[in-house]
Amino acid sequence: MDFLQPATWAEALEAKAAHPDAVPIAGGTDVMVGLNFGHLRPARLLDLTRVADLRDWQVADGAVRLGAAVSYARVISELGDRLPGLAMASRTIGSPQIRNRGTVAGNLATASPAGDAHPALLAAGAGVEVASARGTRRIPIDDFYTGVKRNAMDDDELIAAVHVALPSGPQQYSKIGTRNAMVIAVAAFGLALHPDRRAVGTGIGSAAPTPRRAPAAEEFLAGELDSSGLWESRAELPEATIARFGELVAAAAAPIDDVRGSARYRVHALSVMARRALTWAWADYRNSANQGA
Amino acid sequence: MSTPTRTPTGAPEHLTGPGSGGVGDDAQRPDGVLKVRGEFAYGSDLWMEDMLWGVTLRSPHPYARIRSVDTSAALATPGVSAVLTADDVPGEKVYGLELADQPVLALDVVRYQGEPVALVAADHPETARLAASRIHVDYDVLEPVTDARTALGHPTWNQVHDSTAEVTELSRESAHLHPEGNLVRHLKVRTGDPAPTADVVVVGEYEVGMQDQAFLGPESGLAVPAEDGGVELHVATQWLHVDQKQICSALALPPEQVRLTLAGVGGAFGGREDLSMHVHACLLALRTGRPVKMSYNREESFFGHVHRHPATMRYEHGATRDGELVYVKAAIYFDGGAYASSTPAVVGNGGTMGIGPYVVPNVHVDCYGAYTNNPPCGAMRGFGSVQTAFAYESQMDALAAELGMDPVELRCRNAMEEGSATPTGQVIDSPAPVAELLRRLEAMPLPAASGDGEVDLRDMPGGVSNTTHGEGVRRGVGYAVAYKNVAFSEGYDDHSTARVRLEVVGGEPTATVHTAAAEVGQGLVTVEQQIARTELGVERVVVHPKDTSVGSAGSTSASRQTYVTGGAVKAACEKVREQVLARAERLVGRTVPDLRLAGGSVVSDSEDITVPLADLLGDDVLEATLEWRHRPTEAIDPETGQGFAHVQYAFSAHRAVVDVDTELGLVKVVEMACTQDVGKAINPQAVVGQIQGGTAQGLGLAVMEEILIKDGKVRNPSFTDYLIPTILDMPPMRIEVLEYADPHAPYGLRGVGEAPNISSGPAVLAAIRAATGLPLTRVPVRPEHITGT
Repeated sequence: MDFLQPATWAEALEAKAAHPDAVPIAGGTDVMVGLNFGHLRPARLLDLTRVADLRDWQVADGAVRLGAAVSYARVISELGDRLPGLAMASRTIGSPQIRNRGTVAGNLATASPAGDAHPALLAAGAGVEVASARGTRRIPIDDFYTGVKRNAMDDDELIAAVHVALPSGPQQYSKIGTRNAMVIAVAAFGLALHPDRRAVGTGIGSAAPTPRRAPAAEEFLAGELDSSGLWESRAELPEATIARFGELVAAAAAPIDDVRGSARYRVHALSVMARRALTWAWADYRNSANQGA
Repeated sequence: MSTPTRTPTGAPEHLTGPGSGGVGDDAQRPDGVLKVRGEFAYGSDLWMEDMLWGVTLRSPHPYARIRSVDTSAALATPGVSAVLTADDVPGEKVYGLELADQPVLALDVVRYQGEPVALVAADHPETARLAASRIHVDYDVLEPVTDARTALGHPTWNQVHDSTAEVTELSRESAHLHPEGNLVRHLKVRTGDPAPTADVVVVGEYEVGMQDQAFLGPESGLAVPAEDGGVELHVATQWLHVDQKQICSALALPPEQVRLTLAGVGGAFGGREDLSMHVHACLLALRTGRPVKMSYNREESFFGHVHRHPATMRYEHGATRDGELVYVKAAIYFDGGAYASSTPAVVGNGGTMGIGPYVVPNVHVDCYGAYTNNPPCGAMRGFGSVQTAFAYESQMDALAAELGMDPVELRCRNAMEEGSATPTGQVIDSPAPVAELLRRLEAMPLPAASGDGEVDLRDMPGGVSNTTHGEGVRRGVGYAVAYKNVAFSEGYDDHSTARVRLEVVGGEPTATVHTAAAEVGQGLVTVEQQIARTELGVERVVVHPKDTSVGSAGSTSASRQTYVTGGAVKAACEKVREQVLARAERLVGRTVPDLRLAGGSVVSDSEDITVPLADLLGDDVLEATLEWRHRPTEAIDPETGQGFAHVQYAFSAHRAVVDVDTELGLVKVVEMACTQDVGKAINPQAVVGQIQGGTAQGLGLAVMEEILIKDGKVRNPSFTDYLIPTILDMPPMRIEVLEYADPHAPYGLRGVGEAPNISSGPAVLAAIRAATGLPLTRVPVRPEHITGT
């Protein structure tokens, strides 16, 4: 097995162009498990840890550009206020050791339906900046996941960064696991309220072949908030609206039975998580007005 | 060439330590600092120059006939030194702890997924794995038998209230997995009225899933061919001599030519009592003439050791209106999987202690162990008692509810005490403080209610996964009490051997303790030092590496080593002490009745005598070796189960407090409290450690730990999907350790390790039932069981 160690981003893209079969490795929290279990025997590894640019993040044009090698631990400690949903998702990932190594871009590259970051990225409407020797393009998060552990990237492309807009409203993230830490999601749900564009974002994890949104739930809730003037009045949400939102989120899922949980449980849990997340997010929205924020 | 460059327990110096502390003190572990600093060498760290790596080819099928095995492509792989199959086993081709029924390498049939079929030795593990994948095995796949009752031809229960569950005729309709049929053992307990009646009757059916020992150090060892044609095996194990016996049989070598040394053991919990890579590595080493290391990875480890027997149980309890137990009937089925392992003894425990620590005049128990094509099951901490405790304690709660009685009150009313007779007719002749254990738990303060003040997600069901801020959360409290036999039972000649040497090294009196008792992390090496310090009055005690150059110590299991090997060390120390004191009397020229050893000298309180050992011994070495036995037990009557089956019982009780998110089915155990009678705490800190660890393992079975099997195949052989409790799952504990001496045991001690593993899970289950109001008859409890989805 060859081990490629580019020192710069340009060299990394050249190496990937020359060896499209090279498996990129940054935190290694997925790749090393595959190697250790003998499930992964790539001809080449492409080590990205020497490419310093990938470890930076910036804020520009109302969005965070999160470099591909920024760890979950740094998302939590440095970006908790700017990327609240993603930070909440990051807190649920693995152990402190894993959070110190693992990256959001790694989650995207693996594109597992159970990846913890995906529902938060979907709810926030993120964009994935991918690059190759041919150039750079931005893939909207909605178009990124194409199948179980498949994504929209070409063989010669690498993830450069993830772009996530700064929040204009509250965000929430919930994940079900069968123990209280260090667990793969049985089902997960991300929610973002976007009062600036009077929209609602959702993301569902571990309950379909790919991470996905719940468009009917988003449209229903945005419509209710609009038609009842709730964005402005910040009045209490009717119970029926919360319940219907939960039902529509659950209806968007297409889960399977597996060792981690039954399909029926996943659907049920999504409806509960969606109701609770909306309740908490709306309480935050009402509170933020009271505090004059 | 016969010594590996990294030996796990290292040179004896490693286990000398500057230590201090005798019996009853919190003496420090001699291996503690090494382990905390990551410097302790485990079996997987063994290394020799020029060694080969061995790997195992395993069956992908739970049940299949082998038509042929073609190893030619594997042998032709560059770097490969040997490829072996059953034909290459020179001695007995089957082995086993109690019955020799398990092939060293598959003969003509494989009976479980993961059964070893062939071995490869190569110069690199990757090469060995590649070559193994090139072995072509032609299988004729057969329909597996995957249910214990089906295997025995017994009907499955579908009517809870049908009280005639006993099946006496075995219809043998399913495939015979072994020539004698699928029944490994049927134990009967019959006492009192065969047809009792009672005012109140409660019937329940219970199921316990397959738990794994989940030790962290995978199966590992290094076999080194010796110049005498024999082999030296360094291996992480639980019982060197029973390994040696089985290896000798398979290799057709005498014990002098099969020498074992204990490698560093990273946990055992029963999972290392059976052979894993032992014979395989020896076969490869003898064939190639080179050292061979085998070390399983995590996935292979799940196939490389036995698990806890899953159980299906049906209980009927009858009581008077005021809560006095009249009778218990029980049918208990243990799924032993493909080979017997220790199933007969597990059935022994499950059957004889299957109604719990209660006095019941009329008992009718049938306990079965069956062969199936599921993974082999054998020893695991609690050994047959863990499973039945879930059933009998659930029954006690159901009965209390039926009677409108407090569950603790009902238990205390029927609790065993010293002088009580067990269902096997044995009169308990040492303290049995069952009621006191429960009363003390009841008297402990309860933790504060959740949701007071700011929500800390770490205190919530679901933890930082942020699934509730208090919504749907209900609290429940549950109690359970359990008992278990200590040491080997039913007439087994259970003994240990200790060699103790006293000499002066560098001017300092030094004792060396040599036993073959496996240190698996529990702290026996500390206990051996403490006993020698107390008995010989010296500070410096060296623990000799554990090996087969001394006699058997018996197994590190059944909570027995502190009792039995501790007893042997104590007795050997006494022999050495006699020699020292006799020498001192010769020196002073007369008999001094109160001569004793203290502070490195022979002293007398009545006379002004202080003779330093350094002066008394000079260059002489005093040594004693002896075998020590606990009082004998008896085989039980095959028709009635009556007899003095168990030498000692350990008692423990738990109170669990849980918060359950009833909408999502997620559980947070808020607090565990435990009371346990240990007779005498030889090392109080280690006792508390055993209680905490056992409690966590029991909690794990109650809420998450299960090897999931479908059609005989394991679906979750990894720590990604076989979950064990983390620090956010295992709560703080309140622990009260009682010390009521057992007059028959050394220092009055009781075995400690297993009891807390037995009562913890049933208490958690009871608490979840209390929180949810659901019957919950299966563990582990999954979220789906609570939400009904």
